[in-house]
Amino acid sequence: MSLFQPSSDMFERLEAQDSVDIIARPSLSYWQDAWVRLKKNTRAIISLNIIILLAIFTLIGPLAWRVDPTLQDLNQVSQSPSMPKSALVVDSYRGWDGIRIDNYEPPQEYPKSVAAPTNLRTQGMPTTQVVRIAWDRVPGADGYNVYRNNRAPLGFADLGLPLGATYGDELGYEDRLSLEAREYYYSIVPTDGLDEYEVFTQLIVTPQLAITREEAMERHLIGSLDQVSVGDEVTIEFHPLGTDYLGRDMLARLMEGARVSLFIGILAPLLYVLVGIIYGGFAGYLGGQFDVLLMRFADFVVALPFLLFMILFKIAFGIGPGESGIMPMLIALVLLMWPATARLVRGQVLQIREEGFIEAARLLGAKNHYLILRHIIPNTMGVILVTLTFAVPAAIFTEAFLSFIGMGVAPPTPSWGSMCNEGVKTMLSHPHELFFPALFISITVLAFNLLGDGLTEALDSKMRSRD
Amino acid sequence: MLMYTLKRLLAGVVTVWFIATATFIAMHQVPGDPLMNDKAVSPEIRANLEARYGLDKPVTTQYFIFMGNMLQGDFGISFTQQNRKVNDIIRDHFPVSATLGILAILFATAGGVLFGALTAVYRNRVPDVVIMFLVILGISVPSFVFAALGQLMLVNINRFFGYSVIPVAGWGTIWHLLMPSLVLGLTTMALLTRLMRSSMLEVVNEDYIKTARAKGLSPIRIFFRHQLRNAILPVVTVLGPQIAAITTGGFVVELVFAIPGLGRYFVQAVQQLDYTVIMGTTVFYGAFLVFMVIVVDILYGFIDPRVRLS
Repeated sequence: MSLFQPSSDMFERLEAQDSVDIIARPSLSYWQDAWVRLKKNTRAIISLNIIILLAIFTLIGPLAWRVDPTLQDLNQVSQSPSMPKSALVVDSYRGWDGIRIDNYEPPQEYPKSVAAPTNLRTQGMPTTQVVRIAWDRVPGADGYNVYRNNRAPLGFADLGLPLGATYGDELGYEDRLSLEAREYYYSIVPTDGLDEYEVFTQLIVTPQLAITREEAMERHLIGSLDQVSVGDEVTIEFHPLGTDYLGRDMLARLMEGARVSLFIGILAPLLYVLVGIIYGGFAGYLGGQFDVLLMRFADFVVALPFLLFMILFKIAFGIGPGESGIMPMLIALVLLMWPATARLVRGQVLQIREEGFIEAARLLGAKNHYLILRHIIPNTMGVILVTLTFAVPAAIFTEAFLSFIGMGVAPPTPSWGSMCNEGVKTMLSHPHELFFPALFISITVLAFNLLGDGLTEALDSKMRSRD
Repeated sequence: MLMYTLKRLLAGVVTVWFIATATFIAMHQVPGDPLMNDKAVSPEIRANLEARYGLDKPVTTQYFIFMGNMLQGDFGISFTQQNRKVNDIIRDHFPVSATLGILAILFATAGGVLFGALTAVYRNRVPDVVIMFLVILGISVPSFVFAALGQLMLVNINRFFGYSVIPVAGWGTIWHLLMPSLVLGLTTMALLTRLMRSSMLEVVNEDYIKTARAKGLSPIRIFFRHQLRNAILPVVTVLGPQIAAITTGGFVVELVFAIPGLGRYFVQAVQQLDYTVIMGTTVFYGAFLVFMVIVVDILYGFIDPRVRLS
């Protein structure tokens, strides 16, 4: 049995081939890969767009919507966004004699009960200048009480604001008390001059938004008195989101408030994450006793009751007259929030230090600073970015929370939280004052949270190249 | 286990000392002083008042007096309410906050575990989608908005029935507790639901579940005995910090619902610069929270034997 002996003529020489089929996906860096996966996450991308829109709203908004957010106008307090955009020009107010009965004789004796007033009606056109109502005489009654409610009364005990009382011979009432262009429920209760009979008649009146020529002049809606005549329509100041309890434009204030809220919400996390990276990086890299000492101190800071110390630090730094209180809040946030990031970064550094690629780099002669800059920091960036994204809503919440309990930014500086604080007081009658700032807080927090979720998934190296 | 407990308690005492010191330092940085609030007082009266509250002594002496008194459990006398001890204030108002907090925690944990388990079982189906949508809402909407909406809801319920079914604000009966504790627990419940869901989904793929299934155990038994019990562990871990969040989160709820709790009192004290009350409440709260976290950690050791060994 002989061995097979290949000879050279059994081989054929091949020319070198230039084009070889490469069966591989394009090489993507860590960040490119993360971006590709983030783009697949619809929710995260929508959130990212919302954040960009918010940035535009905050930065460019005030340039497009040039209304002074601090301008108070008591003529247009708490206007809802649905208010008519133009007002009817009416004559200036003239006194009203009311409706009187001539030769009135009070009833001889007061009956136990009387009928409810009938024929309740308005006199003339009800406008926001004046609402005049009249009714027919109730036999046996010697006076009437007039009530006004912003909503349908539930019963006799819920008639609303007592506007006034009339004598038995007066069968009309004139209401000029801060009227708005909305539905009112007027109720008339007959009395015996002192005590009420438990009956009432109700009338729903919706006054027409009206303005006198003099008022229009004062508010600079018209140039001269001759420009309009009674019966014309005058376009009034446009407030797309209504006004607040001092007549300030809500949209302008929301833009101004966005600056405050987002300034604190983004700058504070940036600062304390930076502090945390440095602190945690040092502790993790140096290790040993030094690490134990640094981390023990971080543990102490974590144990401080957060909100109590936020408030304490905020008052400790003090707010001078005319200051907004943004800086104290920023400093307090940074002082209290850094340990979480420090812990995280330290843990990451400790973990990465033991990785094989660090060992390999060190064997190849890499210096310390090269290791830190080239390997350790880039490898912690993903986790840090995620922390940062989740830190923003937390900071915005804290700002809103503190401003809401009156410990945040000082008035008149608006922030979304302080606007909520003001809005909650008029929640029942003017819900838009609470709704819009609350909506902005919620959308911002939601967007950052969803983006954070998306980033966590996209940057998770375990998930990498799985799909 | 005993060594571990003792170690944790010792660390806790040091932490409380740190909290007290930080509070003391922060309070002495505050511009103005508590006696400024009163009408103009003559120098003699002022000197007398300062002597009474020990404000005439050097700061270091004040610190040692403060620490000494605290060790004996004495937080001093309120500055703004004459002759009212801070201890009494805490004793009067803390039970209110604690009741509210405990109810909120119970509500949040029960809801979180239940809904979290539900979403995991019905993964990617209608209950999951609906609950997770509500969870995102719960995390994104600030608690004061929930408080305001909750109150509005009560107003409307009462209006519908024509009389006060559930009181809108205040304190006293069990009905007063209902809405505030619901609102207070809502955010925590949302967080716990999320946590429970991911934990449940992780446990499903564990080998011991496969083993249990292969053994032929009934799905219900697997669910309660193997899946739920293991999935609940991470929820217990975050309970400590969440108790802290709920107790301080009570501020807003107490303000909105006019509940005479310690949180509302603290905010008031800060506005009036009532030194002793602020320091007393902060140290008390801090100590309480540190203690709660230790208790939860030790309890965790009992629930999960693996932790005890390490």
